Parts: sequence; C-alpha cells; structure tokens
Amino acid sequence: MNATALLSAAKDGILTGAVYALMATGLTLIFGVMDIINLAQGTFVVLAAYLSYALQVHWHIDLFVGLLITTPAMFIIGVVIERVFIARLKGPDRTGMSILVTYAVWLLIEGTLDLVFSSNDVQLQGWYVPKSFTVGAIHFGYIYVAGFILAALLLGALYFMLYRTRFGVSVRASLADQTSAALVGIDVKRVSTITFGLGAAVTAAGGMIYGATNAFNASSSYDLISRLLTIIVLGGMGSLGGALLAGILMVFVGDIVGVIWSPVWSTTAYFVVLVLVLLWRPQGLFGKTQARVA
Amino acid sequence: MTLVKKNLGWVVFFAALALFPLVVTNPFYTSIGVYSLLFMAAATSWNMFSGYSGYIALGSAVFFGVGAYTEALLSIHWHVPANGDLFWLVPLGGVIATLFAVPIGWISLRVRRHTFVVITIAVFFIFQLSAINFSFTGGSSGLALPFITWTATDFNNPFYYAGLILVIFITLVSAFVRRSRFGLQLLAIRDDEDRAMGLGVKVTAIKITGFTMSAFAIGCAGAIYAMFQGQIYPQFVFDPTFDVSVALMVFLGGIGTLAGPLLGGLVLESAQQYLTATYSNNSLYLLLFGALFLIVIMFMPQGVVPFVRDKFTKRGELERAAVAANDVSSPSGMTSGTPTEVTA
Repeated sequence: MNATALLSAAKDGILTGAVYALMATGLTLIFGVMDIINLAQGTFVVLAAYLSYALQVHWHIDLFVGLLITTPAMFIIGVVIERVFIARLKGPDRTGMSILVTYAVWLLIEGTLDLVFSSNDVQLQGWYVPKSFTVGAIHFGYIYVAGFILAALLLGALYFMLYRTRFGVSVRASLADQTSAALVGIDVKRVSTITFGLGAAVTAAGGMIYGATNAFNASSSYDLISRLLTIIVLGGMGSLGGALLAGILMVFVGDIVGVIWSPVWSTTAYFVVLVLVLLWRPQGLFGKTQARVA
Repeated sequence: MTLVKKNLGWVVFFAALALFPLVVTNPFYTSIGVYSLLFMAAATSWNMFSGYSGYIALGSAVFFGVGAYTEALLSIHWHVPANGDLFWLVPLGGVIATLFAVPIGWISLRVRRHTFVVITIAVFFIFQLSAINFSFTGGSSGLALPFITWTATDFNNPFYYAGLILVIFITLVSAFVRRSRFGLQLLAIRDDEDRAMGLGVKVTAIKITGFTMSAFAIGCAGAIYAMFQGQIYPQFVFDPTFDVSVALMVFLGGIGTLAGPLLGGLVLESAQQYLTATYSNNSLYLLLFGALFLIVIMFMPQGVVPFVRDKFTKRGELERAAVAANDVSSPSGMTSGTPTEVTA
C-alpha cells in the first residue's frame, strides 16, 4: 500500500462515484416523490447505453453529441412508462406493486435489448475513451474526467431546478408530504410523471459514461440496480445529498479495499460498510425517521 | 365451492400431486415437477411472512443458497453415502438457514417497510459475493455433491416426494399460523403497524420471529435443489431472479392467501422450466414473462385466487357486501372499495 495508490483510489471514488450518484439520484427522486421503487432504473441505464451505441454505430454520432438525442428519448420513455403503468397503481400496497411492475418493465426492456443487440458484450468507443493524462503520479482517463464533469453539471442543474424554481418547490413539497402538497394546489400527478421522466432522463448521461468505461450487455442491469439500490439505502431513501455522498463512498471504499487487500473483496467490503451504517442508522446517512411506520 | 367442500379440494389437490409421477413417468416432466414443488414450498414460506405482514422481502435466495451450501458442504465433509441418507441433511439445511435469518432479520427489520425491501436485496448480494469469494464454498466453480447412482427411469421420484412432503408441511404450518394469535398479530402489523403496537403487539419481536420462520422451508428447498442438481454454483443458488420470482409467484396467485402461492409457484415455475427447455432463446422468454406479469398486475392486482373468489363465490359476495357496508378492507388489502388512507 502506498500513498499514490490511495490517492488514485480516492480519485476513482470521486470521478466514478459521481456518475453512480447521478444515476442513483434519479432513483431516490422517484422514490421520494412517488413512493415508487423503480427496479427498472438499472435497465434504463443499459438501455441508454445501447441508444448511444446505436447512434454511434449507425449514424456515427459522437457519444457526447448523442446525449442531446438520448436524454430527451429517455425522458419520454420514462414519462410513457409512468403514464401507462405506474400511474394506474392505487391503494395501500402501491409501493409493493411498483416493485413488480417495474420488474416486469425491466424484463421487457432486457428481453428486447437481448433480442436486438444479442448477449455479446459491447463497449462504447470514441477517440477520447482510451486516452488519459497524468498529474503527479496519478492517471486521469479523459472519459472518467468528462463523466465526472457531466455528472456534476447535471446534478447541479437538477439541484438548481429543485431549489430555485417553482417546479422544484412542487417536487420538494410532494417529497415531504403528498397529501399536503395536493391540498395546497400542487398537481401531484403531473409532478410524479415529470419526476419519473427526469429520473429516467439522467440515466442517458449515466448510461453513456457507464457504457464507455465498462463492457456491457443486456444483463448488466442486475449489477447496476444492486449498486444503485444500495446507494440510496446508504444515503437515506429520498435524500439527494445522501445519494451523492453514498455514490462516492461506494466506489471509494471498494477501491481502497482493492488496493490494501484484494480487488476480490472490494464489493463485499462496501456491502459490509452498508450493513454497519444501517446498524448505527437504520434510516441511512441522511434519511429522516418517520413518526408513523407506514 | 362451499366451505365444507374446501378441505376436500385440498385433499384432491395434494392427491393429484402425489399421483403425478406415477402417471407421468417421463423424466422431462417429473423434473419440471420437482422444480415446481420446490418453488411452491418457497413461495408458501415467503408468503407466511411477507404476505401476512406486508413486509416484502426480496432476499429469500439467501436462505435458498444457505440451504444448498449446507447440504453440499455437510454431505462432502461428513462423507454421507450417496443414497437416501442425503435426505436427512435437508432439515439441517433449513435449520442453518433459519439461524442465518436471525441476524438478518434483526438488522433489516428496524426500518420502515420500503427500506426493508432494499436492505434485503443488499444482504442478498453480500451472500452471493461471499459464496463466490470464499474458498470453502468452492468459489465460482461451486461444489459437487456425492454422485447419486439411481436408475435413470425413476431418478426424479425421491426428490419429487421430498419436495411434496415439504410443500404439505409448509402449507400446514402456514395455515396454522394464519389461524393463530401470532398470525393475527402479523396481519395486524400489515394493516396498521402503529395501531398494532398501540394495542400491545410486540411488533419487532413478531416480525423477526415471522421472518426467521419463513427461512426454514426455503432452506430445505435449497438443500433438495442442491442434491437434485448434484453440483451447485454460487450464481445459481444465490440467484437474484429467485428473489423476485418467489415474490411474483405469490403476487400472481394472491398475496396473503393459502392457495395463491401454491398456484403461482406451480404455474410460473412449470411454465418457466418448460419454456427454457423448449426455447433456448432467453430473450423470448424474458419478453413473455414480462408481458404476463404486466397483464396480471394491471388487471388482477390482488392475484388470481382472490380475483376468482371475489368474482364467483359466496364468500366473495359476503366480502363485497362487507366492503359496501364501509367495513375494513378485505384480507388481500387491494380489493377494498373504500380507498385506504396512505400514510406517507
């Protein structure tokens, strides 16, 4: 173990963690506003990565330029799924049913992707993907830095929207209490639909970076959703800042353990940290405790 | 079907299951039968906690995997002869799974139910990764169990009947729990946890007890699966699709009911086994499965058994009348005519 390796792990934690945080933010927004656990978030990421892939292979559109197409596309896909399936769920068991519905959506998307793109691994290409620059003794891959900047910009935009716009006030009000929000005249249904769309839209950038830094196929969604779910549990479900911190923590802990012990144990180490945090704070790092156990 | 005939229905159902391998001797179908029985047992056991209490657990593959590894490790290290003696290890698999359930329940049941779902998924991944990474589990190459040398023609039958015994056992336990004071406490937690607590139900203790109990049969199913396969791999016994499949079987059949998980397990698992054996195309199967779930969830959200019961039987009529009379919601929690206030 040496200082360079540790610094390098910290760098990975921040650069890659921010991208995971972006994808998890979509998930935690959806949960916070709608009480919906979107199991399809992982497959949204893979779908977005394949959209970037298709644009690149068939029309030779650069990955970053392609985001101008894939982001609205993912938003629309999210809105349609919310309107057609999620909005119909009613009753006290809504959250439980949402798990099943989004899992079914996941299977449909995974099946379609598998059918269209086969199950062979692919990776997104670009002249900048294999390139890196060095500061001190630490290597910075272009794509990782770009991913970090992109994630930071999008998270910034999301925060601006949530905390500085009228729509953001409606979202936060719905997050705090749906019934009260509806009582003061907020169209909670519309807010829910747009929130689901936004949650899906952030996977466009997340999926592109994921696809450029990992080889993936349709079943990569299992790995992704397990990471995203644990990020929002660790951060506190419904907490945006929590998702950011937990995303960085996940990659950071994994890399540190990989350096000082063995890469084999890095994911396990992160899960152990998760369990320890939950023993100390069952509601997660920034989660709020509830007066009523609903 | 009146209430009197109802038990007759159960007898006929289990008798039909018992006779199945005697009538249909084709190993292709009896092996589908074995898998279906294991999933029927797992779904019934899952329903006994998650269905009654409303706490959806998505980590039941942990118990399945622990049961499978217990069976494999003990049969290898104790040099159990490769014959019927292997079956004596099955209850042990269940017991070890139950022991694992105690700390898992203790950690995960201190949070509200939505977070509980996600924690059970996280715990599941810890177990899967550990099974892959530890050396005593054989790593990703898994473990080979003692090779059973029965004749090929009725090779499946011992496993089939072990599975059937497990299904009958867990159905009886589940029925007993449902009628017991303990079961009522679980149902009270599902309907309103705070009110239950206020009325003196020791909610945490009840939840952990229920969660732990549900691990036993799932562990036993894992142990039988390990024997039946003869070779286990971490990614197949700790399988994320197992987690969701079991929950879907229960939702499909009717959550909180006794017949629902049996029906859901039987239909879904046999369909899955048949489809995967017939079509090697994985994506087609995913599409079929996904579409089927969406249809069921959108049109029969309470599951098939309550749907049929409410539509066509006397009991359903009585329940509809009760709902119309502004009574409390019906047992499934979804059929209520009066919308129940959701506390955020």
